[in-house]
Amino acid sequence: MRSHALLDIASSSTPQGVKRSYIERMRSQGALVLRPTKEVLPGWAARWNLTGSTPVKVRIVAGAAGPLGGDQLRLEVTVGAGAVLMLGAAAGTLVLPGVHGEQSRSDVSITVADGGTLIWNPGVQIAARDCHHTTLNTIGLAAGARLYAREEIALGRFGEEPGRFRQRMRVTREGKPLYDQELAIGPGAPGWNSAAVTGKRRSLGTIVLVDPQRAGRPTRQESVPDTAVMELSDEASLISSLAPDAIELGRRLDAAFSRSLAGQ
Amino acid sequence: MTHVLEEDTRPRDSATAAAESAGSTASLRSMSALMLLIDGRFPAGGHAHSGGFEAAATNEKVTDIASMEQFLLGRLHTTGLVAAAFAASSCLAFGRAAAATDDAGLAAFTADLGVLDDEFTARTPSPVLRVVSRRLGRQLVRAGRRIWPHPLVDELARLPGQGVHQPVAFGVVAGAAGQPPVLAATAAAQESITGPATASVRLLGLDPFDVNALLARLAGDVALVATRAFASASSSPADLPAVAGYLIDISAEVHATWEVRLFAS
Repeated sequence: MRSHALLDIASSSTPQGVKRSYIERMRSQGALVLRPTKEVLPGWAARWNLTGSTPVKVRIVAGAAGPLGGDQLRLEVTVGAGAVLMLGAAAGTLVLPGVHGEQSRSDVSITVADGGTLIWNPGVQIAARDCHHTTLNTIGLAAGARLYAREEIALGRFGEEPGRFRQRMRVTREGKPLYDQELAIGPGAPGWNSAAVTGKRRSLGTIVLVDPQRAGRPTRQESVPDTAVMELSDEASLISSLAPDAIELGRRLDAAFSRSLAGQ
Repeated sequence: MTHVLEEDTRPRDSATAAAESAGSTASLRSMSALMLLIDGRFPAGGHAHSGGFEAAATNEKVTDIASMEQFLLGRLHTTGLVAAAFAASSCLAFGRAAAATDDAGLAAFTADLGVLDDEFTARTPSPVLRVVSRRLGRQLVRAGRRIWPHPLVDELARLPGQGVHQPVAFGVVAGAAGQPPVLAATAAAQESITGPATASVRLLGLDPFDVNALLARLAGDVALVATRAFASASSSPADLPAVAGYLIDISAEVHATWEVRLFAS
């Protein structure tokens, strides 16, 4: 199945200076179904002083099982100047093999214009046995754009070994690379389960945080197990975590994130 | 007279033999330089680093040959591949600049290295490992300028800031040592595992015969990684491999806080 979804968010100001983000264009297709929601932003987002900018919230709902081997999913998102978008998935994604061993592919490409804000939380990607999948997520930020991007991956369902799974995340600012890392696990990645990559943990995840207006660097906090907060630049940091399962991973990422905010 | 007769009757054979002899001398000369470059005693400071092995040995119980093999495989196919690809790519940039005869070639060289350095930074999220990589890059440039003097290596030393990352410097120094990009990639891939392997002997007292037998077994993986790295080297720097050693990065941040450690990283 080929699915190509589009989402463009823009922002307008009333004469009174009230900013409103709105959906300029939204197209769902096949497995990628986009649904606006009425959720509230997470509490920490108050730090970004988004009051009055009426964020757009959208969830990706799976219109089909998978991705299955052979599927090609493509999602293109633009967040316009000053606009605020929280984009997440309605549930975890189970990446499954195809009937004839074909590869599946998922491409997400997001740009955020100056003064725009993106909270990207696609949920847990579960690499099931015998899957053969590649994901490429690229996020292009303008100089004044803000980003919270959280990725979580479960290495197989309970008690199973994952298939061939690769996920690359590339973040650029003003066209220059800020963060570019790829996870490669399964039969095509020798030593992936070793102390160099996952060390037999069953789950791993990252949060990339970019905030041009952040007050200061996070100070070194009491550490969360198998988790590190790393400064990428003066305005960006990464939280990287490994955990025995996806539930514990979520806890570790949350704990390290709230501690790094508290340290600022 | 038999001499003259031979020359008269087989002039082409003799010319081929002379060319072959010159070619083989050049290739042996290049091989000698390669052996010098990747010798553990090469004075570029690598001996002070364990490539994440010290942290892995303590935190992850990598204490025997079997777990060591998995660690080296994981390192080779992640950070080893990335280092090899960047080394090959910067060696290509060296080759282009060395062949150029005008200032534009030099300007392109510094621009190419700047882009490669930025891309490598984006693939090195750990601040601890970024500092280590730049320090090793500076040490390599310092050694390389004296050992294989070349204006382009001098150019590296003149770059402002903290210098370039180790793999970017490695490609240039390898170029100055007469190495083609594919061998720069092979040497960088090999170095990504010999460092931790040497450290294991010093840290754990593993049998050096066993450790070197393991390195010999991994030759096929080194060749595979070098081939992939070289194949990617001429693509856009943004598309160079970015496979990550997640636990190496997390462990490096923790390791840097240890009060007592034998290796700097």
